[in-house]
Amino acid sequence: MGSVSVRECRFTKKRLFCSAVISAALVAFSAFADAELPVIEAVLTAAPQVPPPIDRDHPAKVVVSLDTTEQVGRLADGVEYVFWTFGGTVPGSFIRVREGDLVEFHLNNRPDSKMPHNIDLHAVTGPGGGATSSFTAPGHTTQFSFTALNPGLYVYHCATAPVGMHIANGMYGLILVEPEEGYPPVDREYYVMQSEFYTKGKFGEEGLRPFDMDEALSENPDYVVFNGSVGALQGDNSIHAEVGETVRLYVGNGGPNLVSSFHVIGEIFDTVYVEGGDLVNHNVQSTLVPAGGSAIVDFKVEVPGKLHLVDHSIFRAFNKGALGTINVSGDANTVVYSGQQYEGIYLPEGQAEQLVGDAHDAPASPTATSKEERILFGSRVYERNCLACHQSQGQGLPGAFPPLAGADYLLNDPKHAIAVLLEGLSGEIEVNGVTYNGVMPAVRLTDEQVANVLTYVLNSWGNDGGVIEVADVAAYRESR
Amino acid sequence: MQQGMVRIEAGGYTPLFRDEGGPPFIAVDAFLLDQYPVTNGEFARFVASEQRWAPQNIKPVFADSNYLAQWREVAPQGLEGIENQPVTNVSWFAARAYCDWRGKRLPNVDEWEYVAMASEEAPTVGDDPDFQARVLQWYSTPAITRLPDVQDTWRNYWGVHGLHGVVWELVNDFNTALVSGESRADSELENSLFCGAGAAAAVDPSDYAAFMRYAFRSSYGARSSISSMGFRCASDVPGAKGVNP
Ligand code: HEC
Ligand SMILES: [Cu+2]
Repeated sequence: MGSVSVRECRFTKKRLFCSAVISAALVAFSAFADAELPVIEAVLTAAPQVPPPIDRDHPAKVVVSLDTTEQVGRLADGVEYVFWTFGGTVPGSFIRVREGDLVEFHLNNRPDSKMPHNIDLHAVTGPGGGATSSFTAPGHTTQFSFTALNPGLYVYHCATAPVGMHIANGMYGLILVEPEEGYPPVDREYYVMQSEFYTKGKFGEEGLRPFDMDEALSENPDYVVFNGSVGALQGDNSIHAEVGETVRLYVGNGGPNLVSSFHVIGEIFDTVYVEGGDLVNHNVQSTLVPAGGSAIVDFKVEVPGKLHLVDHSIFRAFNKGALGTINVSGDANTVVYSGQQYEGIYLPEGQAEQLVGDAHDAPASPTATSKEERILFGSRVYERNCLACHQSQGQGLPGAFPPLAGADYLLNDPKHAIAVLLEGLSGEIEVNGVTYNGVMPAVRLTDEQVANVLTYVLNSWGNDGGVIEVADVAAYRESR
Repeated sequence: MQQGMVRIEAGGYTPLFRDEGGPPFIAVDAFLLDQYPVTNGEFARFVASEQRWAPQNIKPVFADSNYLAQWREVAPQGLEGIENQPVTNVSWFAARAYCDWRGKRLPNVDEWEYVAMASEEAPTVGDDPDFQARVLQWYSTPAITRLPDVQDTWRNYWGVHGLHGVVWELVNDFNTALVSGESRADSELENSLFCGAGAAAAVDPSDYAAFMRYAFRSSYGARSSISSMGFRCASDVPGAKGVNP
């Protein structure tokens, strides 16, 4: 077959070309490397941690050993995704070397992988950034070496066809090549990497969500996240600093498609190493981080509170997950920031109806097919829409929010709760002999979600059961 | 016709990568293909008769140390539970030897890709996005530890079972797509496999499933034994123009 032999002959030609280059390079390196350089095992860290700064004043041979894995993990609450990773995490392990180091790279593809993988390190000067020498079948391992010639912060990623999909599934990370003289010391360093996920189903739609190629092609992700999942840098996972400290973020963008307008709400970057290179800029509000690129940002935190990391392409932050938090603790400095100086009621005429909860076009939660599922899905609705006021065990807050656990008001007439949710509730009510006079705003939920959350409430914290069906909610809506 | 084989009528397909001046469409002669992937049980009978292919005897040049690794996990004297599952962790050398022993051969890339285009109802799906999505979804699910019995797998138009969604399958000329060390500028094939820029060389850059098969085939060597890779055999149809070298 004609075409086959053409392919074969090309293969032979390039094979010859390439092996010549590689063997020449190996000779040059190995003489140098093995004779003189001390050998060091690289410290690898998962985001947001960064390996410690390098205190060597001489080059070394740094051995990096990284596994590629394919595993199911959490993308958002209730949402799972099959991630392809470097080192078992998204983003992949942070690698830190020094300018002039000889890096001996081992890529190990786990035996239970289905795909071959490789690695293209943007810090490598050479064919494919290492991709061609690190192409590794499942259950195999490859090795190559390179000298870190250029200092800076570089993205690495898998470059196996179809490249977009390997990146979209999570195969990227950062490698820092410290300049010989190092970077100026700071108090804290963190690793933050933005990327997008394209899934079948909308943002927040529960279950194991497969990759959606059409969305990827039209560059319209459901998720834009920091450090691999919604909330990876929030709540208990927030990063931390003390007032007066200097913070350095090593920021990367894995893409695969979007460029990030990286911003920290309430901070000004004192120093930005633009695109992770030598160019230094000062007093920057937002810095552009290209897909497959990076930036290093330094700032001093002056006042306590929460600082929010966002992609200032702001819908990504509020609707797609691109949010992170730095908790700054310490004493207030009212000269730098006063805090709130006045708060009062502002009621323009024709005040709109108060509504809280999921926007009406938010994806519906999945349809429950059993009471157990209603309770499970309902628990998620509760966490998002009710917990803030009625508290985690339904105990309420004395004087403000009535309890839902053991509440006679609710349990004597569970269906009345449908009205409470859909219409809101205000004015004096009595719950377990205590009078409340607050305002519960109407909650914007689908019939399914109302049925689920009330069924959850009726079956939690010692409440004695019962089910609210979707039909009950629909019937109420009809009746009003 | 040998038992357990089905006849694939002559036809052809458009390969993912086309050489300049090469045919846009590759003709494939009629041939016979195993209905099912080769199972552990069948491969065990081969090994029993051809001892040099047994895991304890095989020469390292013919297979790496993963060779038949799944046999180590089951009782040494039986293949209980995995007998009817596709055999995996076989090298290209071993697969060829098996087919040879059965009086058959491995299919070549063109034959395999041609049959892979068939849906349940038609010999060629065309650009049915649903079909592509189904195949892609299997490729992007982590390897499952328990493989199905071959009889329980999906059957396509030709009566071939489990071509997608079970294991990767070895082909005779896998190394025509081999990519091992190369500068990007030098070959469109690597360009397409290793960086987005070269996708222009592919006939259908949206056929991610085909990209993955090509990439997979270029990632292994003739000794490689991989837990998600098996094979089936083919043979020529007497009288049809020979396609096998
Ligand atoms: C913004 C705070 C807030 C949120 C959010 C909220 N509630 Fe309420 N809820 C209240 C207040 C305040 C009352 C008492 C209203 C009154 O005094 O008239 C109340 C009353 C109720 C009652 C009736 C009183 C009782 O204890 O049985 C029920 C039932 C109830 N809420 C359920 C829910 C559910 C379910 C959700 C989530 C879908 C929810 N609430 C979300 C503040 C809230
Ligand atoms: Cu990959």
